[in-house]
Amino acid sequence: MKSIRVIAGKEFRGYLNSPMAYIVICVFLIITGTFFSAYLKQISYSDTTIRGFLDRADILLLAFAAFITMRSLAEEKKLGTWELLLTSPVRDSEVVMGKFAAGVGLMVVMLVLTMYYPLLLKIFGDPDMGPIVTSYLGLLLLGSSAIAIGIFVSSLTNNQIISVVVSGGILFALWYLGTVSAYVPKAFQEGLNFISLQYHFKNFSLGIIDTRDVIYYLSIISLFLYSAVRSLETGRWN
Amino acid sequence: MIKVRNLTKYYGERLAVDNISFDIGKGEIVGLLGPNAAGKSTTMRILTGFLMPTKGDTWIAECNMVTNSLEGRKRIGYMPESVPLYTDMTVREYLDFFARLRGVSRERTRTRISDVVTLCHLEEYTDTIIGKLSRGFRQRVGLAQAIVHEPEVLILDEPTVGIDPIQISQTRNVIKELGKEHTILISTHILPEVTLTCNRVIIIHQGKIIAEDRIENLSAITKGARRLRLEVKGPHDQIVRRLQRIDGVRRVTKEGNYLIVESPLNIDPRGQITETIVKSGWTLLSIESVEMSLEDIFLQLTTKEESQ
Repeated sequence: MKSIRVIAGKEFRGYLNSPMAYIVICVFLIITGTFFSAYLKQISYSDTTIRGFLDRADILLLAFAAFITMRSLAEEKKLGTWELLLTSPVRDSEVVMGKFAAGVGLMVVMLVLTMYYPLLLKIFGDPDMGPIVTSYLGLLLLGSSAIAIGIFVSSLTNNQIISVVVSGGILFALWYLGTVSAYVPKAFQEGLNFISLQYHFKNFSLGIIDTRDVIYYLSIISLFLYSAVRSLETGRWN
Repeated sequence: MIKVRNLTKYYGERLAVDNISFDIGKGEIVGLLGPNAAGKSTTMRILTGFLMPTKGDTWIAECNMVTNSLEGRKRIGYMPESVPLYTDMTVREYLDFFARLRGVSRERTRTRISDVVTLCHLEEYTDTIIGKLSRGFRQRVGLAQAIVHEPEVLILDEPTVGIDPIQISQTRNVIKELGKEHTILISTHILPEVTLTCNRVIIIHQGKIIAEDRIENLSAITKGARRLRLEVKGPHDQIVRRLQRIDGVRRVTKEGNYLIVESPLNIDPRGQITETIVKSGWTLLSIESVEMSLEDIFLQLTTKEESQ
């Protein structure tokens, strides 16, 4: 447990010391902020909702995850420092969990920064807080899943560019299935929806916490973190 | 302290380490000597638990590195050949991270960092970003990282590669200093390196141990054969044939404009050589003893092995 904390701490400081995290968070805030206010203007302030923010937040969160995880293990491999990490008395799973915790930590910081959207609504109107709270829970789960996928992809390569392109591709594909599902025969629709990152987020944004959605995200997180651990282990045998 | 039994490692089809076994006792400084791609780094990576062997077992301080590597890794300090560093950290942050990761308490880490920084002569650079340090200093940071958690066993992969001669000698002194309290395994492809720092040497070639001995005996290998370098004016082919007939001359080879004559240590053929040359009417310009190079030792050891 202590090792996870030490690795997460180092990783988090690494984020704060590099411009990448600031740029990604800035872009995220600018775009979501624009859509948040544009939507309110479009409906002539007749409703107090963060829908404008949520409509774009999900896909932007995936891009955020791809960018912040691209260096997590790929960079260690490139620098050779993973040789030191893996020969320290630390389990491979602790290395992966440390990286994951730091990524989630950074995402939480970013999501906290977006909380002035609902705060503004609260000050100037009377928003329904239920869906807002569940939406944030949904974003947290969606983002964590994306970070787990990003870390897994990063464990496969020592090239950050490959890492960000491949994990971005996988994340976008998993998200886009939810859109595609509307255009396919009914028989496939359910299957596509079931594996889509987008579909499971919908309920959260409507204020519904469905255990199926929670379990879906938790499964994605476990599956990809486990795969990342196995990928490190496999490296020892090659 | 270090025990290796029947260690074998394949990278796919390629055999990197071929069934090697050796022991290193507490407090020894042992050199793992071999040319590039001999299997030194692979052996070290398996010893540190970074790689798993295809076959065989290794123990560090009684901990099996295949089945119980986590426990063994606590006792190891390791500096890989590439000296991996987080270039965006300061020396202090870097050492702090690895000390904490290896279970050193926060207070102890503070004193340890100041100890290793002094030992590795990094006092002025503790708060410098590692990326700004020169190669020699980076090497020292790598060494400091390997000892910051007070391991019993130190495994250093080519610790003096790529640094200037003054820094090499400083690094050797640090290693010798460390040898008083640690068991050390150093790999190198430079012969004098071993003679200067180690008590014992393991020579490895194409994944196999071809010799294992104390340094005193290694010098017997290197000097076991006398090598003379002659510069002679005359028809070289004829000279070679004539010299080979002299008693005690084992081998005569041409090396550029020189002739290399090898003979056993207990026979001194110099008198006969000069006599033969002069009598044949050729001119002997120079004659000198030369030490065997690492390549020669390998050649000798490997050809000896083949002929057995």
